[in-house]
Amino acid sequence: MGGFPILSAMLAVPLLAAIACLFLSAPQARLTALAATLVNLGLGIVLWVNYEIGGPQWQFTERADLFAGFTYALGIDGIALLLIVLSVFLMPICILASWEAIQKRVGEYMAAFLVMETLMIGVFAAQDLFLFYIMFEAGLIPMYLIIGIWGGQDRIYASYKFFLYTLLGSMLMLVAMLWMANEAGTTDIPTLMQYDFAPEAQIWLWLAFFASFAVKMPMWPVHTWLPDAHVQAPTAGSVILAGVLLKMGGYGFIRFSLPMFPEASAQLAWLIFALSMVAVVVTSLIALVQHDMKKLIAYSSVAHMAIVTVGLFAFNVQGLEGAMIVMLSHGLVSGALFLCVGVIYDRLHTREIARYGGLSINMPKYALFFLLFTMASIGLPGTSGFVGEFLSLAGIYQVSSWVALVCATGIILGAAYMLYLYWRVAYGEQRNADAARMPDLNVREWAMLAPIAAAVLWMGVYPESFLAPMRHDIAALEARIARAAPEGDARLLAGEARSEAANAVAPLPHDAGEEGAH
Amino acid sequence: MDMSASFALIAPELVLAAFSLLLVLASAWGGDRAARTVSIIAVVGLFAAGMLLFPVLHLGKVGPETWAFGDLIRADAFGAAAKALIYLAAIGCLVVAPHWFGRIGAMKPEFAVLVLLATLGMSLMVSASDLLTLYLGLELNSLAAYVLAAYLRNDSRSAEAGLKYFVLGALASGILLYGMSLIYGFAGTTSFAGIREAMTGPMSNGLLFGLIFVLAGLAFKISAVPFHMWTPDVYEGAPTPVTTFFATAPKVAAVALTARVALDAFGGQVDAWRQVVIFAALASIVVGALGAIGQNNLKRLLAYSSINNVGFILIGLAAASAAGASAMFVYLAIYVAMTLGSFVALMMLHAPDGRALETFDDIAGLSTKRPALAWCLLAQMFSLAGIPPLLGFWGKFVVFQAAVQAGLVVLAAIGVAASVIGAFYYIKFVKVMFFDTASDTAVADSTRAQWAVLALTTLIVSPLGYLLNRSFADLGDKAASALFLLP
Repeated sequence: MGGFPILSAMLAVPLLAAIACLFLSAPQARLTALAATLVNLGLGIVLWVNYEIGGPQWQFTERADLFAGFTYALGIDGIALLLIVLSVFLMPICILASWEAIQKRVGEYMAAFLVMETLMIGVFAAQDLFLFYIMFEAGLIPMYLIIGIWGGQDRIYASYKFFLYTLLGSMLMLVAMLWMANEAGTTDIPTLMQYDFAPEAQIWLWLAFFASFAVKMPMWPVHTWLPDAHVQAPTAGSVILAGVLLKMGGYGFIRFSLPMFPEASAQLAWLIFALSMVAVVVTSLIALVQHDMKKLIAYSSVAHMAIVTVGLFAFNVQGLEGAMIVMLSHGLVSGALFLCVGVIYDRLHTREIARYGGLSINMPKYALFFLLFTMASIGLPGTSGFVGEFLSLAGIYQVSSWVALVCATGIILGAAYMLYLYWRVAYGEQRNADAARMPDLNVREWAMLAPIAAAVLWMGVYPESFLAPMRHDIAALEARIARAAPEGDARLLAGEARSEAANAVAPLPHDAGEEGAH
Repeated sequence: MDMSASFALIAPELVLAAFSLLLVLASAWGGDRAARTVSIIAVVGLFAAGMLLFPVLHLGKVGPETWAFGDLIRADAFGAAAKALIYLAAIGCLVVAPHWFGRIGAMKPEFAVLVLLATLGMSLMVSASDLLTLYLGLELNSLAAYVLAAYLRNDSRSAEAGLKYFVLGALASGILLYGMSLIYGFAGTTSFAGIREAMTGPMSNGLLFGLIFVLAGLAFKISAVPFHMWTPDVYEGAPTPVTTFFATAPKVAAVALTARVALDAFGGQVDAWRQVVIFAALASIVVGALGAIGQNNLKRLLAYSSINNVGFILIGLAAASAAGASAMFVYLAIYVAMTLGSFVALMMLHAPDGRALETFDDIAGLSTKRPALAWCLLAQMFSLAGIPPLLGFWGKFVVFQAAVQAGLVVLAAIGVAASVIGAFYYIKFVKVMFFDTASDTAVADSTRAQWAVLALTTLIVSPLGYLLNRSFADLGDKAASALFLLP
């Protein structure tokens, strides 16, 4: 790519468009936002194409000494690349999803979303500790406004809860970061990833980071802000929240907690496992009894994120790769599910499951897409969900078969609540006349759902495209944390290979020749 | 050092004194018609005095070459940096005040004169290196401030604020004087350098008492908990331009003075006062945050916010290091911009009939009526709450960094956790302006001067402000070096 600062460009395009949107009329703002996000999608594809697989660990690096105390340093590895691509891929879809649903204060709405995009890319691309923190934390402001201004009935309570929960979590992380920067004498993330902190200090630092990432992720029991925020946020807000913002927690674990504090991660893995196991079972059961579609998907997000955390703390390549794929897959699938909810919400203005029914009769195309994403959420082979969950559980099985066992029930329960949801919405009788009259997908909705469906299938059938860019980084991470890796209870031992074929019959003690001796 | 060199060192103060005396005459002869002219000349005077600070700031002058009148006054980089902030804040207040007073027919030339005299007092405060100079500056500032608080003499709230401020301020001055007399008695000198020398080694109880009383008196001036009770009442009662002034310039002066007293005069006995400062810091953060939650009046709310902010500044002082003093300066600079911005926005909120809009109910749905004003206030509030990417975050960042570097990790952790409580009422501000349905009160147009100050301060607290943080850090380091001449 020569010297073109592509990451800075990706930060600047939405930011400039956001400022422009504040001054434009509604139709102009919509077009500007769509154009800006499409340009960024183009830049994201350029980024992916030019990313050199197996090349240097940090690519597209930029550095400028603009500030005192921290530097403007950008750069990505394979992990960040995929998350950036996920963000820029979802953004135009979010803008399309808000095309007609948002009618008041459109310019400000689009501006908030575009600022959000800048900040998300900034989080994944930041190579300086405090630049990361600023981007990470700044996302609160646009999200607070999106939930508060354009949200549903209880939007004010939800926006407060979202804001204060996440703020409290990340404040402790700031103190830990200050301590680290003071101790290591640098704020450069790649350097810090190689720095060995004293194991006693690691525990405290790890807990401080955990406070932030666990809330963001969100892990049980600090997940309660998520269902509220999801339910009250407009459709596109939910998509971004589930699709990208939750991934910041997982990204934080993979970028900070694991490589910077490997010993503490190993010592406190039990905490992660315990919380994740509870989360998988409890939130799946809660999802099973929801009457509100968005709430159901929100709880399923918590359950899926628990699979991510156990995968991350499995300390092996399968677990880490699986966690990454679950994150990417969940970003696509839960985003798509929220879009599916949004499609029918726009028509009937209710999220009550009981108000729908038999939609596959009058909305067959919609039902097909919805089915695909339901299956992907369950983790059906051939969809992206399967690859990620399989790898994660395979990884965790090597560490603890009990954790693997409990987490695997999440897949069964997932099938239960997702199929139950799908059955109530799409199959059965058409109970309500107004639901039965709803028209099928229009072109705009097609354009939103089809790309995600394609990506879900691509990731399910040929995950190598997504595994290849991050293989080196995962391997490097695994090598870094190997010294602290727990032993695990599985003791996988390869059996001795037999020389003969598996169905060979052992010669009987009495040979045919001896038979005649009788 | 001869007399002329000493006079050269206090040139900014001389300019201010000359301008204020001149303007007293001008207002006596010109009457109310001269009000606008007097304000303009006062701004010119402040600007001229500020220009004289440049050489000291630029070269970062510290040490004996800056000591005037036999070390009664130190015109060093620390004083100059604080003065620059004070003058800027005073200019900001003078620029926006005439329209506000003019609206209610109360614009008089005395306002500018009083502001100028108060500023002169503050100039002396931040340069003081002797208990006598300290007291002289403090009282000059306070007397002008008492009159300013009661400036609208027909308004009972303003008169009450003035009286309250005067009585409690006199009490605080008494406490301060008592502490100073104890220190003089036990140290045998009033000069900071002498006190520092007398305090080496084990400290006598008399000195300790003196130190505590002096700090208590100063805590009143910076409105740190537990000496904060006057703040909400005075801020609410005083006319808004005066409140703006109180919340910015005198705060800078008092904090700078406290820093000089603690780090210079008492610098040899850090452990003697650190606990006091830590307590005041945490108590201010918590009380400032909790007290604001129930408020419906915006001026009271911002008063609690300023108590809250003082707590964060004191964390920088508790670090008792050059980094801490530098962080305090950076925080003060950002604090002045934020406070000036938010109070100017409050001043711009008035109904067409002249009634000031001062409660949450009045600003409900402001974003649909005056979007530009609402967005500026949003930036100021998130900045005050310390949410990145706004510059208010950077102020908190540097003080916590200094605390962590000084080994006060627990203090920093408690401080940041408590700042979440404060975030609650700042985001309530945003909630009322953006999420609530609009009230039917109209908001009158604002003047260009008000818009200019608001736009400038908003630009500073916006992410663009981070481009300034190099200059802030540079200035802060130069200033801090003046307080750490001795090991």
